[in-house]
Amino acid sequence: MKRVKEKQLKTEEKASTKISGAEAIIHCLLAEGVDLLYGYPGGAIMPVYDELYKFQDKLTHILTRHEQAATHAAQGYARVTGKVGVAMATSGPGATNLVTGIADAQIDSTPIVCITGQVFSHLLGSDAFQETDIIGISTPVTKWNYQITTASEIPEVLAKAFYIAKSGRPGPVLIDITKNAQQELFDFSYEPCRKVRSYVPVPKPKTSQIEAAAALINAAKKPLIVFGQGIIIGKAEAQLKELVEKAGIPAAWTILGLSAMNTDHPLNVGMVGMHGNYAPNVLTNECDVLIAIGMRFDDRVTGKLDTYATQAKVIHFEIDPAEIHKNVHADVAVLGNAKETLELLLPMIDKNSHDSWHNEFKKRYDIEFDAVIKNDIHPTKEGLTMGEVIEQINIASGNNAIIVSDVGQHQMIACRYAKFKQTKSNITSGGLGTMGFALPAAIGAKMGAMDREVVAIIGDGGYQMNIQELATIFQNKTPVKIVVLNNEHLGMVRQWQELFFEKRYASTVMTNPDFVKIAEGYHITAKRVTKREELVDTISEMMASKEAYFLEVCVEQEGNVFPMIPTGASVSDVRLK
Amino acid sequence: MEKERFTISVYSENNVGLLNRISGIFLKRHINIEGLNVSKSEIKNVSKFTIVVFTTSEVTRKIVGQIEKQIEVIKAYYHTDEEIIYQESALFKIKSSLLFDERQIQNIIKESNSQIVTVSRDFFVLSKTGRKSEIDEMHDLLEPFGIMQFVRSGRIAVTKSEMPISKILNGYQHI
Repeated sequence: MKRVKEKQLKTEEKASTKISGAEAIIHCLLAEGVDLLYGYPGGAIMPVYDELYKFQDKLTHILTRHEQAATHAAQGYARVTGKVGVAMATSGPGATNLVTGIADAQIDSTPIVCITGQVFSHLLGSDAFQETDIIGISTPVTKWNYQITTASEIPEVLAKAFYIAKSGRPGPVLIDITKNAQQELFDFSYEPCRKVRSYVPVPKPKTSQIEAAAALINAAKKPLIVFGQGIIIGKAEAQLKELVEKAGIPAAWTILGLSAMNTDHPLNVGMVGMHGNYAPNVLTNECDVLIAIGMRFDDRVTGKLDTYATQAKVIHFEIDPAEIHKNVHADVAVLGNAKETLELLLPMIDKNSHDSWHNEFKKRYDIEFDAVIKNDIHPTKEGLTMGEVIEQINIASGNNAIIVSDVGQHQMIACRYAKFKQTKSNITSGGLGTMGFALPAAIGAKMGAMDREVVAIIGDGGYQMNIQELATIFQNKTPVKIVVLNNEHLGMVRQWQELFFEKRYASTVMTNPDFVKIAEGYHITAKRVTKREELVDTISEMMASKEAYFLEVCVEQEGNVFPMIPTGASVSDVRLK
Repeated sequence: MEKERFTISVYSENNVGLLNRISGIFLKRHINIEGLNVSKSEIKNVSKFTIVVFTTSEVTRKIVGQIEKQIEVIKAYYHTDEEIIYQESALFKIKSSLLFDERQIQNIIKESNSQIVTVSRDFFVLSKTGRKSEIDEMHDLLEPFGIMQFVRSGRIAVTKSEMPISKILNGYQHI
């Protein structure tokens, strides 16, 4: 009774104070625990920026130098914190510039909420100044989107936006808000969203499925786990470790699963996929039970589907029913959140150790070490390799940095050789392969984990796709470490040209500017390393710096990333050279 | 895998933009939508899309999975022609003078089980409900006399088996 009365009182209190839609947006963000957002102002979002000015003690807005960077920064923040990242932009070009980041967040299941201004609702459809149909444009790349045309819709829609972005399989949500809705006054009250009737974020696990999975695992002689980002999103790292150790199963990871399990764990057998490790790729086609957890059998992981693990029984632990049988048929599909399903599974699992099976991995690791790894991380020839740079960063950071990589050769090398002992530490654009991702994502990652060292590893191509974000780093004094591995080429495309296009290097040779001078232009300490003997000391200096630091390493120009599964080849046909 | 005709039934909230979101899933996989109808359903405030595609059952299953994943979609099903009762509707606008000059037209109307919706001095409108083949047949018969306007609706269908959509909705209320 008393509570009802209090509630009534509260409502009455609020009923007497009308606020603008723009102010309501701020209150919604605060109610959702947002204290940081990224964006870029413009005409149709100005009322909201005016409120951001008034609320700057509670809500920090980071001005990026391009809207795309705002989405990537929001992604970087979301990926290290597990919280929802927020990006804001104006209508028209502001909104369309968000699209790449939204698509990236969609395919990599990253929770972000994008708020765009829109022209006055009476102008909708009239080709008004800076009007674009961002709802139409963003529909295929958002988990949900909605256009608000009156202020009264703001609280409910924003509550729903945050709920949808972060629940179940996370993803990007875009809310487009017409300028009149930002200006209108209305009675504000906020109720967080707890359900949407047409939406089941987490399917209920079925005991029969879990029992079937346990039976297969217990009977397996050569089981292999392949885990993905579902472990990180589902906070199932401890359960994964327990499963791996209890059942003695070698565990491999997808690029987005990296860092969910300590890279030095004896049962961590490395990366699967196109540039993954030799052993888990080859042995995918020799295992008898393949246990896929929180991954979606991307084509870069499976290679040719007709020849992928056809000998194995496949168990697929997955939160998204649409992923089941999408690419690989699952003999047992276990729907649900990975933490929940693994917890139910664990008591049914027999203790085991598959020593001779594990030896098969060790043998193949040795083959890969001699053929590839040794030369990558301990090279004896003259040119610097990307691998040795990553190795030195591992040593200098004690395997404890957050590594944000861009897209291309350096990304594959970073993911192959970076060592991790903490989860949520490998931030990269896996599904979309967005060049230009790393620099802004590193800003978001650093702001989300100020106590951790954040090192961006970027190629000379991708670096120039969002290089303007050096200004954001400078203005906000964001102490990120930027490492550009400069091979004067678009390296991955060049590698393909070398291997599959008879070295016809079409548009992959880069004539680059003086990156050190550019960084210095933004008042960022900058160094260039061209010789091996300078590398260790410079990396130590960079890691010791309390401020942003730019390091250009001039690496060998025509280095290749191996192992490699050529497009359309089987995982068994992974090439070592 | 053999291609065949599938009828996809989508129960959803009635929101602006959902049609775009659903049609985009077909676009993404380069699948042509052969028929589309949107109406209210047996449940209050729940819309029903009826979409006809000609493709393999595997592709249809994947598309339905992607449709069901959309936030505002409550449930989606797909069925073969044998599993459903289905019809389409068509309107034919024809010159009124033909009704009197061409005996055969009266026979076509009778034999096709079609209805005259309206007659004016200049034209009359025939309505025919049935299978696509029946409508096509009638169209072929009338065509030589001249059809002023013709339109056929998308397929509408109900299933022979139960679609337990109300139960699903009730289940959601208790989450």
